[in-house]
Amino acid sequence: MNTPPFAVPSTPLPVAPSADVHSTRKILAWIVPVAIFLLAAPYVIDPFQTLTLTYGLVAAIGALGFNLLLGYTGLLSFGHSAFFGTGAYTVAFMVKYLKVLSMELFLAGSALTSALLSVLFGFVCVRYTRIFFGILTLALSQVLWSLAFKFFWVTGGTDGLRAPTPTLLGMPPGNDKMDFLAYRYYYYVLGAFAICTWLMWLIVNSPFGKALQAIRDNETRAEFIGIRIRRYRLIAFVISGVFTGIAGALWAPLNGLASPDILVWTFSGEIVFMTVLGGFRTFVGPIIGAIVFTYLKTYAIGFTVYWQLLLGTVLVVLVLVLPTGIMGAFETLAAKWRHSRSKVA
Amino acid sequence: MTTMQPLLATQKLCKSFGDNRAVNAVDFRVNAGEVLALIGSNGAGKTSLVNLVSGLYRPDSGRILFDGRDVTDQTPFDRIKDGIARSFQIVNLFDQLTCAENTALAIFSRDGKTRRLTNLASRDHAVWDEAHDVLRRFNLDHTAAMRAGAISHGERKLLDVAVAYALRPKLLFLDEPTSGVSTREKAPIMDIVSSIVRAGGITIVIIEHDMDIVFRYSERIVVMHQGTILADGSPDEIRANDAVTTTLIGTHPGGESAVAGAANA
Amino acid sequence: MSVLPIHVLNALLYSSVLFLIAGGLSLIYGVMRILNLAHGNLYALGAFVTAWAIGIALGAGAPSWVLFLLLPLGAIVAAAVGAIIEGTLLRPFYKRPEEYQLLMTFGLLMILEDLIRLVWGPSPLTATAVYSAFGSIPIGDGGRYPAYNVVIIGVGALAAVFLWAFIYRTRFGVFLRATSQDKRMASALGVNVNWIYIQAFTLGCFMAGLGGAIVVPSQSAVLGMGVDALVLAFIVVVIGGLGSLEGALVGALIVGVVREVFISLFPEVELAVLYLIAAFVLLVRPAGLFGRA
Repeated sequence: MNTPPFAVPSTPLPVAPSADVHSTRKILAWIVPVAIFLLAAPYVIDPFQTLTLTYGLVAAIGALGFNLLLGYTGLLSFGHSAFFGTGAYTVAFMVKYLKVLSMELFLAGSALTSALLSVLFGFVCVRYTRIFFGILTLALSQVLWSLAFKFFWVTGGTDGLRAPTPTLLGMPPGNDKMDFLAYRYYYYVLGAFAICTWLMWLIVNSPFGKALQAIRDNETRAEFIGIRIRRYRLIAFVISGVFTGIAGALWAPLNGLASPDILVWTFSGEIVFMTVLGGFRTFVGPIIGAIVFTYLKTYAIGFTVYWQLLLGTVLVVLVLVLPTGIMGAFETLAAKWRHSRSKVA
Repeated sequence: MTTMQPLLATQKLCKSFGDNRAVNAVDFRVNAGEVLALIGSNGAGKTSLVNLVSGLYRPDSGRILFDGRDVTDQTPFDRIKDGIARSFQIVNLFDQLTCAENTALAIFSRDGKTRRLTNLASRDHAVWDEAHDVLRRFNLDHTAAMRAGAISHGERKLLDVAVAYALRPKLLFLDEPTSGVSTREKAPIMDIVSSIVRAGGITIVIIEHDMDIVFRYSERIVVMHQGTILADGSPDEIRANDAVTTTLIGTHPGGESAVAGAANA
Repeated sequence: MSVLPIHVLNALLYSSVLFLIAGGLSLIYGVMRILNLAHGNLYALGAFVTAWAIGIALGAGAPSWVLFLLLPLGAIVAAAVGAIIEGTLLRPFYKRPEEYQLLMTFGLLMILEDLIRLVWGPSPLTATAVYSAFGSIPIGDGGRYPAYNVVIIGVGALAAVFLWAFIYRTRFGVFLRATSQDKRMASALGVNVNWIYIQAFTLGCFMAGLGGAIVVPSQSAVLGMGVDALVLAFIVVVIGGLGSLEGALVGALIVGVVREVFISLFPEVELAVLYLIAAFVLLVRPAGLFGRA
């Protein structure tokens, strides 16, 4: 039978959280303080923290894209590193071969290359679901990794390719790289993050987004109300790939380098990790998961050389105890609190 | 016979699964506007026939003509666009979405609006109003905000029909719409289904095992047995047909009177 | 012309090790429907344990034949670790959707990777003493080939035969096959499915560990070898079919040969070609050459 991934036949919440006026007000209630903090961040926290936050926002864009496939369409990809890496390497190639330094051109170029790649990969992969989809995406992304690895005279091999600081909206970065990254580049990424989040929100709440969820929940029924399954999955795949590619492009100047570590399959695993950590069943889950994961990883690496052990344990515990992620736990707690309040009242 | 062309006609339709001839050179006809019951023992080929007509299976041979056009090679997508819709024997719904969303999706899809990426679905009031209207007609408006996975089995069966109905089809196949539902709930479900669907001028084919329902709600009965059509006629004709009663109900005198009892109900 | 036998032996060598790893992965999937992403790290564990034991024994002045006897130690430890993992971490997931299992084994991958680093440090471990102890054999016209490599091929072949006999000729093998085909039915017939699961998982880990153990004399145990091995094992099972032992054998042979051919001719695309073959097989025959869909 056709069950969506991670399908848990437990008792679901009877009333679904929908995008109605009531919940819009609730969302606005906590978006405002978060937005204020994000806008003030560089002046409130030190540059290293701002940098980490920037990495987190970049990861959030990637995770949002990834979750369109997982949470909304029901497809678990283990190959999203291919799109992230394509975005990053496009920036590096544009610098090296086209002598371009404009961030806007970088973004356009990366969107184009990741769109092309995701059409190619997606066309092949969306015929399958569940584990075969996962393995196929993994295999294809490894093709890319192996090419980046072996053709070192083009891609720089394990040394990678430089991604210098770009011009933002025509303005040159200036000499102080740290200042540039912690202020102007941070706001640029924040702006990109806001735009991407708004776009993705529109998409998942559009009729198309509903159709994707229908495909996720019941492929057969979706087909029998007239939805073209493969075509819609492909479109979702491409949108997902482009979002992740843009994240990669934004990441490259931050990191200063595009290297094969972001193409390898274990990096795809990290993308899955952060999405599940935040909760893939909600819209904001991937955002929260990406930011939390970025902080976790940064501090783990700084804390111990055995950071993989730390993160691996977090993942195992997460999957054992908290499979719906941070947002899932939050929603359960909120429901219990509401329930106890109504009892008292 | 009828001077009008049948809405649906199959010509020598065949489908085999390995050695099993599920549908064996069947000439099945449905006339516009009628309520037809498709009955037969398990394995007779009823669901396979519906799966062939709705496009879930491809036939091994034979043709399917709908509204005068040959749809044999059409995808389910095209057949739905032409006006064939169906509900499922095992309830097939979008469990994580609300009942209103389930219905609205059929409407979005019908109107070609699922291509829209950047409009908010919630803004399209026409669709949601129609969805709520459909739910109301099926006595399901209290479930509108509830997830389809959380309502009762009887309500799910109704919703399954409602979603297919929302497609505004010309021909609607209901595959065992009351299976798994308690006897007490069956008649109300069928009442809603038949009145709504008849009011919409939709042609219905119901697959049913419950003979009471069959004789009460259908105008014409087609009996299938081992992949072929055994009999085709009005409820009275079928009741009088010995071959049918033998294969389906048994020549047991008890069985005979049960049928007669249903006719008098 | 004397080069050809060397290439053939190299291909067989690679195939043998791959068969052990991929065979274990496929066995576990076939019986339990779990795709163990940490499987490669058990191969690495086998390599590290064996190299370490041999290193200690060497330091204590043990003769070559003792070193040789220590080889299977890695496999045994890998099997033990596998048994522990199955009992504690995997069992809660049997009733859960397969994606959670995948994530869990990914977490395990990260844990094992660092545990190996924690225990044995970042530098590679070697067991070249065993390798050199075997010397070399003449091959072709006047060439010489390391004899130990032939030992690896032998172990691989023996493992294939033993596994085949085990699965198709023993009573336990019948239970194994029954469980893999229909778990509920097997359980209804009185088969202790949990016990089968433990044994299947342990056996699969043993094979992976054995692969690492026998390969370590000829190539050192390095961090990251597990992750690299896993993707190659993936390619083998994709080609051969998830859950099929014959598939793992044929897939390993194909991969071994293709790799050897491309490494000699066009080394840059060697990996890419393998991944592309896997993708191609997935497209044309998703169940693999010998798999059931």
